[in-house]
Amino acid sequence: MDLAELLAIRQKERDRQKSTRIHCCTAAGCLSSGSAAVKAQLEAAVDAEGLGASTEVCSVGCMRFCGRGPLVEVVSREGDREPILYEQVTTADAASIVKALKGGEATAPLGDRNHPFFARQFPIVLENSGKIDPERIEEYIAVGGYQQLYRVLYEYDPAEVVDEITRSGLRGRGGGGYPTGLKWATVAKMPAGQKYVICNADEGDPGAFMDRSVLESDPHRVLEGMAIAGYAIGANHGFIYVRAEYPLAIRHLQKAIQQAKRYSLLGSQIFGSPFDFKIDIRVGAGAFVCGEETALIASVEGRRGNPRPRPPYPAESGLWGCPTLINNVETLANIPAIIREGAEWYAKIGTEKSKGTKVFALTGKVRNTGLIEVPMGTTLRQIVEEMGGGVATAGGVKAVQTGGPSGGCIPASALDTSVDYESLTQLGSIMGSGGMIVMDNETNMVDVARFYMEFCRGESCGKCIPCRAGTVQLYQMLTKILNREASEGDLERLEALCYMVRDTSLCGLGMTAPNPVLSTLRYFRQEYEELLQPATGKR
Amino acid sequence: MSVRTLRINGIDVAVESGTSILAAAKQAGITIPTLCHLDGVSDVGACRLCLVEIQGSNKLLPACVTEVAEGMDIQTETPKLQEYRRMTVELLFSEGNHVCAVCVANGNCELQDMAIAVGMDHTRFPYRFPDRDLDVSHPQFGIDHNRCIFCTRCMRVCDEIEGAHVWDVAQRGAAVRMITGLNQPWGEVEACTSCGKCVEACPTGAIFRQGSTVAEMQRDRSTLEFLVTAREKKEWTR
Ligand SMILES: Cc1cc2nc3c(=O)[nH]c(=O)nc-3n(C[C@H](O)[C@H](O)[C@H](O)COP(=O)(O)O)c2cc1C
Ligand code: SF4
Ligand code: SF4
Ligand code: SF4
Ligand code: FES
Ligand code: FES
Repeated sequence: MDLAELLAIRQKERDRQKSTRIHCCTAAGCLSSGSAAVKAQLEAAVDAEGLGASTEVCSVGCMRFCGRGPLVEVVSREGDREPILYEQVTTADAASIVKALKGGEATAPLGDRNHPFFARQFPIVLENSGKIDPERIEEYIAVGGYQQLYRVLYEYDPAEVVDEITRSGLRGRGGGGYPTGLKWATVAKMPAGQKYVICNADEGDPGAFMDRSVLESDPHRVLEGMAIAGYAIGANHGFIYVRAEYPLAIRHLQKAIQQAKRYSLLGSQIFGSPFDFKIDIRVGAGAFVCGEETALIASVEGRRGNPRPRPPYPAESGLWGCPTLINNVETLANIPAIIREGAEWYAKIGTEKSKGTKVFALTGKVRNTGLIEVPMGTTLRQIVEEMGGGVATAGGVKAVQTGGPSGGCIPASALDTSVDYESLTQLGSIMGSGGMIVMDNETNMVDVARFYMEFCRGESCGKCIPCRAGTVQLYQMLTKILNREASEGDLERLEALCYMVRDTSLCGLGMTAPNPVLSTLRYFRQEYEELLQPATGKR
Repeated sequence: MSVRTLRINGIDVAVESGTSILAAAKQAGITIPTLCHLDGVSDVGACRLCLVEIQGSNKLLPACVTEVAEGMDIQTETPKLQEYRRMTVELLFSEGNHVCAVCVANGNCELQDMAIAVGMDHTRFPYRFPDRDLDVSHPQFGIDHNRCIFCTRCMRVCDEIEGAHVWDVAQRGAAVRMITGLNQPWGEVEACTSCGKCVEACPTGAIFRQGSTVAEMQRDRSTLEFLVTAREKKEWTR
């Protein structure tokens, strides 16, 4: 494969595509509300109407407004007609949608691309999501896919790639926000020899589905990002660690890897250059702790997924003791766009210290739920009230939970906070991987804290005492409070144990497990106090 | 050999580079509490008792797996560390079933010693009374899961010194459990050579010699060290 051949595939695919494309979302969200049957009906209707010559029905990835799924969009490739979006499409609506192409009216509710839910979005990671068929590499190539890999191989030194990523200001989207360029530079600087790239697709946070969506909707983007990373750091082998609960993502990845291999976009001497890169999938059995990088590495090696103390960091000694770059799905999915548009372009998006965009899974009590990709620096209010449409219950928004079990609850009074790494940390929460759960005034914050503690208690690997035994005790104390059996002393003990578990646990799971408790104590302390027994009163 | 100089509790120490803080402290005559550390096998940093404070770092670091660095200023006995250690031991006691009066290890137990060392007279956390069992299927030894603290010392000596790898950890969180073989009764595990190294390694009354009565369990931890020295340095006499 050389560039001319890649461009030929691109042209051929563009010629192949019919002038009208009916995009039907078959990502997990819409699939679960029956989009596979809708798609079959759409196809049947195209045949029945004799539109087969000009119209095709395509499976596409997530169109983001998952709460209104199944979503269908009719797109004219010539651009002579505005795209028409349909929401909550049923099989009964399918025929009318196709008939509407010849005039007539569709029975499905019309969606609106100018809806506030979309207005503030800035899709980079999700730029192809909902527009291309994730199961066809040709569609990815048709929108420019793999051209950045080619450019990197022929126009950049590995060090220049690292420099580009460094200057872009991209930070890890897996939660910690570590500067990606710095991480790449560290692995690149390790002595030459066997090195690895790992894509962390474990995504265990309850309520989060950003990474799953990227893998389901645009898997080649992640592969291209990994290959570029491999070139930059001197690795010839990559692994994608994906949880078994994501069967569709795994299937799309498998298919994508096969197709890329067939076109020699993965394998040896990619684009005729000396660069070799292969990618294997490792399916995790679904333990939250296996998202922690050292546990993940142990799991890929076929051992029990226990974290180990760091240092040494994986950059120095990772998979089988070799220098290993480990990045999150979304981090890697940003790479092709950064190479294509340049570091300066990327660095202009977002805030001073948090560049680019962030994908959030907006869920909970908001009216509009789904995936959003917004520039860093967008305020929580803009996300929750404008895009999310606020909550339906009286009294409005009470809090926004970010960062899942490692994060915290941000009270409604702080909704004007800009979404960036530093601001969220200052509020006692974290950016995390991008779960964003909106809570209304009916939510009991002690109960929320207990929910997350229950999760951590069950997911602790059990290796170190503060996390293994501390989370159990914290859970029990929270239960005691909820049962109105606790005293002032119990609350003090709860707080003291939170700090102990935070300060003494071995890995990030235990270190952050108390965050939901500490943040609710910080902002909603009276809810805890109201549940306490009077100090002298008898039970 | 390069030397690192550092300060532990205000005492100046010079040690070989690559030494752990734990070993450096020992050389300076300072004892840092440990439970999962065992001379001769790898360290895992699991018990968190050896955490120390290092000036300039807001994180507490485990002395057993942290290497010394030039100019480190280390404190091992701050009020915060003492409080956290005590809580750790309390958590251990409330997690298992520790009734010392009827335990083979009574008086020869590192967990008990630790409780005394950290000044624990009771636990502020409620006992959990877990339902754990006992395996005496092995002709010579037994394991009482009620007294296990998951330090994995048995696992590491068996794997790293004896080379048999009989022991493993199964399950996670509160459900973790030491298992033998592929969760077979210990007596049925063919890989077990009955060497007794796990018995020597266990800090508590969890693994014992059958027939030992209450407070009878004595251990000769130096056998393990001897074996390691013998193998590594070819010194076969004690
Ligand atoms: C308990 C725990 C779970 C984690 N789960 C994930 C995960 O599911 N996905 C992920 O990318 N990072 C996860 N991380 C963070 C990773 O350890 C690691 O920092 C990240 O993958 C690095 O990639 P990045 O620099 O691109 O963010 C987790 C960390 C901890 C402590
Ligand atoms: S903090 Fe929790 S998950 Fe991490 S090593 Fe300790 S027990 Fe395991
Ligand atoms: S193992 Fe130690 S602490 Fe536990 S009951 Fe026996 S003597 Fe007591
Ligand atoms: S059986 Fe003994 S040595 Fe093994 S993990 Fe339990 S307490 Fe440690
Ligand atoms: S899954 Fe269909 S729109 Fe998100
Ligand atoms: S001895 Fe260091 S953590 Fe146990």
